[in-house]
Amino acid sequence: MIRDILTIIKKELREILLQSSGLRGGRLGLLFFIAVFGVFLPLQSGRDWLNSPVNLFIWGWVPFLLVSSVVADSFAGERERHTLETLLASRLSDRAILAGKILAALGYGWGITLVSLLTALITINVAYGRGELLLFPWKIGAAIILISLLVATLAAGLGVLISLRAATVRQAQQTFSLAFFVLFIPLFLLPILPEAWRLRLTQSLAQVDVESIVLGVMAALLVVDLALFALASARFQRTRLILEE
Amino acid sequence: MNSIAIQTEGLSRSFGSLVAVDRLSLQVPSGSIFGFLGPNGSGKTTTIRLLLGLLAPTSGYARVLGYDIRTAADAIRQSSGALLEHNGLYQRLSAENNLDFYAEVWRMPVDERKARIKELLTHLDLWDRRAEIVGRWSRGMQQKLAVARALLHHPSLVFMDEPTAGLDPLAAAALHTDLAALAAREGVTIFMTTHNLAEAEKLCQQVAVIRKGRLLATGLLDELRLQAGGPRLEILGSSFSDQALAALKSRPEVLDLSLQDNRLLINLGQSAETAPLVSLLVNNGVQVDEVRKGKANLEEVFISLMDEDAEVER
Repeated sequence: MIRDILTIIKKELREILLQSSGLRGGRLGLLFFIAVFGVFLPLQSGRDWLNSPVNLFIWGWVPFLLVSSVVADSFAGERERHTLETLLASRLSDRAILAGKILAALGYGWGITLVSLLTALITINVAYGRGELLLFPWKIGAAIILISLLVATLAAGLGVLISLRAATVRQAQQTFSLAFFVLFIPLFLLPILPEAWRLRLTQSLAQVDVESIVLGVMAALLVVDLALFALASARFQRTRLILEE
Repeated sequence: MNSIAIQTEGLSRSFGSLVAVDRLSLQVPSGSIFGFLGPNGSGKTTTIRLLLGLLAPTSGYARVLGYDIRTAADAIRQSSGALLEHNGLYQRLSAENNLDFYAEVWRMPVDERKARIKELLTHLDLWDRRAEIVGRWSRGMQQKLAVARALLHHPSLVFMDEPTAGLDPLAAAALHTDLAALAAREGVTIFMTTHNLAEAEKLCQQVAVIRKGRLLATGLLDELRLQAGGPRLEILGSSFSDQALAALKSRPEVLDLSLQDNRLLINLGQSAETAPLVSLLVNNGVQVDEVRKGKANLEEVFISLMDEDAEVER
């Protein structure tokens, strides 16, 4: 099973890297991301880059962008290019195909995020280190690594789930964007809440420390990730995929 | 080894009110190239999907390589190769990477994998172009590569869904030669759907004819030709008088005859001799230019089966 999953991951990553659609996946896309998040932004921010809690948002956002640029292709792309039926007619199990697709998108997004993170550390040390080794405070570093992993998993799970049913890559991308928008609806609703509600919410959040909020977000992400895996697993049915081919 | 590669009994599959495969019962002997013939939309692709365990039957039963399609679909796919309606090649990858991926899927050891890829690509005249991106290849070359992929892991059974569809006659002829040579060399059973009757006549030892999901006939090519009529004589010439035709009709071995312009077509009974019939015509003043003896071809068999079935339907 693990060998089969690795076979799928290898093929997926090879295809992603051979994509020639500019910034969406492909080698150019990778270089662009690493340059922006690993060099440009750290240079702009200086030493504060390592200590700022804003980092958590940025490094949570990066894997989402990376995964979303490739995950729509996972099943919809195979369907559109008529390679899905041949893959399903092979000896690979349903679980190996599904896990391989999810883990390839996740590995791509999280892997590039970690490379960008490492590049950012090197940039900060080269530009502002003055002989001293500068690192993230351990709690922020650990939170960045875990949140980026959980967000990459969320994007991969959601993207594969959508891609399973989409007829084309474009349709999968559109649905993914819509789902992403729906996830952020609570944030858009904040400004239009009644003044009293907003005050109560602000007071409640002020009483909770940042660590608890981060842990709460991670726990919520973990639950959503597991739910998405379970849902994708339930919806992966060879017969339905064949008939939609 | 089981002498029957595929056996179906009353196999059916419906999509809502549409019956795509209707009580299909057939046997495919191991080691043969079996042609599954039918017009577009007759249920050929659905049958392949059923036999590969990709679709569940609505009713009926089938065993492929001894495995039940309902309970052991994984085992069937493990021992089979497939070239389906679309070639299924990854267009962004090179020919070698395409084969390498499927060799890994079938868990071929690295050394064996490399040797096998070289063997097949060399045989199909693609070895020198193995590093090229498949998307830039012609359809004929892609189809040859898909054949190589289907045979890569030494399957004992290969499903091919219209393998030469969309190819020009030259590419199709080349693929026929390659397929026949590979099938003979590898000793695999090939279950091939097609509506190209010349292709079936050239490649297949046995065929089945299907229309609207129903099996109309199955058997050896010669048996089917006999069903559509026995030996026939075609005589090209001139001065076909009524007297000559009447004399011919009176012969017991002549079942019926028809004259169109200067072409006389005679359907004969079994073991009829040609020479006495030709001399009878010559003695009655017919100028004979050319004589051809033959049997009904597969196209005639096919059309007659389709017509009969359509007639029954009406």
